[in-house]
Amino acid sequence: MEQKTVILGVLGVDAHVVGNKIMEYALRKEGFKVVNLGVFVTQEEFIKAAIETNADAILVGTLCGHGELDCRGFRDSCIEAGKGDIHLVVGGNLVVGKQDWEEVEQKFKQMEFNRVYPPGVSPKVVAEDLKMDLGIKDHE
Amino acid sequence: MNKTANYGLFIDFGSTFTKLVLIDFHAERIVSRTQSPSTVDTDIMVGLNNALGQLRESQGEELTFRHKLACSSAAGGLRMVTIGLVPELTVEAGKRAALGAGAKVVGVYSYQLTKKELQDLESIAPDIILLAGGTDGGDRETILKNATSLSHCNLHCPIVVAGNKVASDDIQGILDSGKKEYVITDNVLPEIGVLKVDEVRSIIREVFINRIIESKGLKNAEQFVDGILMPTPTAVLTAARLLSQGTNKEEGLGELVIVDIGGATTDVHSIGWGKPTESGVVQKGLPEPFVKRTVEGDLGMRYNASSILQAVGEDHFRRELGNSELNVEKQVDQLSHFTDRLPESSTEWRLDAELARTAVRLAMERHAGSIEPTYGPQGQILIQYGKDLKGIRTVIGTGGPLVFSPAPENILEALVFSESNPFSLKPRAPSFYLDQEYLLYAIGLMSEIEPEKALRVAKKHLRKI
Repeated sequence: MEQKTVILGVLGVDAHVVGNKIMEYALRKEGFKVVNLGVFVTQEEFIKAAIETNADAILVGTLCGHGELDCRGFRDSCIEAGKGDIHLVVGGNLVVGKQDWEEVEQKFKQMEFNRVYPPGVSPKVVAEDLKMDLGIKDHE
Repeated sequence: MNKTANYGLFIDFGSTFTKLVLIDFHAERIVSRTQSPSTVDTDIMVGLNNALGQLRESQGEELTFRHKLACSSAAGGLRMVTIGLVPELTVEAGKRAALGAGAKVVGVYSYQLTKKELQDLESIAPDIILLAGGTDGGDRETILKNATSLSHCNLHCPIVVAGNKVASDDIQGILDSGKKEYVITDNVLPEIGVLKVDEVRSIIREVFINRIIESKGLKNAEQFVDGILMPTPTAVLTAARLLSQGTNKEEGLGELVIVDIGGATTDVHSIGWGKPTESGVVQKGLPEPFVKRTVEGDLGMRYNASSILQAVGEDHFRRELGNSELNVEKQVDQLSHFTDRLPESSTEWRLDAELARTAVRLAMERHAGSIEPTYGPQGQILIQYGKDLKGIRTVIGTGGPLVFSPAPENILEALVFSESNPFSLKPRAPSFYLDQEYLLYAIGLMSEIEPEKALRVAKKHLRKI
């Protein structure tokens, strides 16, 4: 199987590193090449790393509740940087307070994220979806 | 035994002067130093022989040398162009590798080269091109496209390829078909967050020795000396590393900074990792090289005196010099036209000192890292970019403006950490040393053969101020 490269990081002024590390571990175990940018990552840093590594997907974590603001324009910036068709995934505590999940998901889908995950999603699920979305077949 | 049999001769073929330092290896001291205008445009040996004549005269005896080693920054220095993909990533990594190899970076290009950029590149005619782009296994397209452009262009300089390793086989084919001279080496940025410059530096040094010396008209000199080992800035960096780290038998001075103020540029070298010195600080950006060199091309005491003035404004100088009537612009303009002019009146001395202070302060601010406070739901977060040099205990000053200054410590004090700019991570309480005999390049060269002796000579002759 051709190894797919994914960029991982926590967006914005957000220090929540634990989930980020777990996700890195899980994705590596599933055979992905993971470029983990860690915490406090800006949109530009995600996209620049994706260009240099010719990444297949960007996985944005946002835990502090500012995701809605911080993620705005992410797809447009990718398009501008020549990476318009990159697979974009977002997950974490995307908004403040208890809001209806379907509405939240819809908001981020409108921002053209391909996958949107609620808090507490299993890394296994993310990895399986990612394999399917990037067309990876487990060799049996 | 003839005492001069213990002498080592160290030569710096500079762009203006050919400088010699004679060191007694046995007594571990400097015997003499001389200089004479460089004659690289005609025959480099003329200037060297003049300086040697002075040396013989000063010693009053026939000299024999145990070693004759040289470095060179003549004919424009080692002029390099670096090409990468993303400006903050492989482009910056390539630039740092070139600067760390003692090069003068004369052009920096990112993404795919345009026709216009290729024309610029041809007119710059660098000595070496560093071609980077893509992490290992990352982007191939850009570096392949750029290699193809270079293979068709009118340049014949060596190309050092230090990009995505997955592209290297194809690059080899492309550059072979264009009949280009090239070396393929390790990627400067094999992964995001991993800077790898040492291999590139040593390749650049090899290319310098094998190729550049001849094309710079230094071949004759090479027959006289045992070797022209490296570009002059590399010799200074080698000395910096030796002084900092010491050897197995002779202790070094620990992490340090060297500031070199010149007529055209101000260079800063730091030896140290520059990790955060305070808790709760998060470090970001491209990793820093342990041996880091920055060159400020707009901060020079003569050729670029007017850009120092522009950086801080005329009022700053009037205030510092306590003369509200002074036409600073006119004075500075004269300095940039008469570049060999030394100050005469007290105002001129003070103006020179203030220019030097400003150059040192700005060069240090650009070299040192900075803290950017940001605010999030968890309160204030401090993010560090670049090196934290607050803990540096040793700063060595070199270059004419410091050596000839009546109060070099006043100039160097301008680089110290200041509460008025607390986010600039400059040394907080360093001790200052002066390279009053313009010795550092010789120490770098000498360290190639006798590092312990070189270190002891340096310790003996650097003056604490």
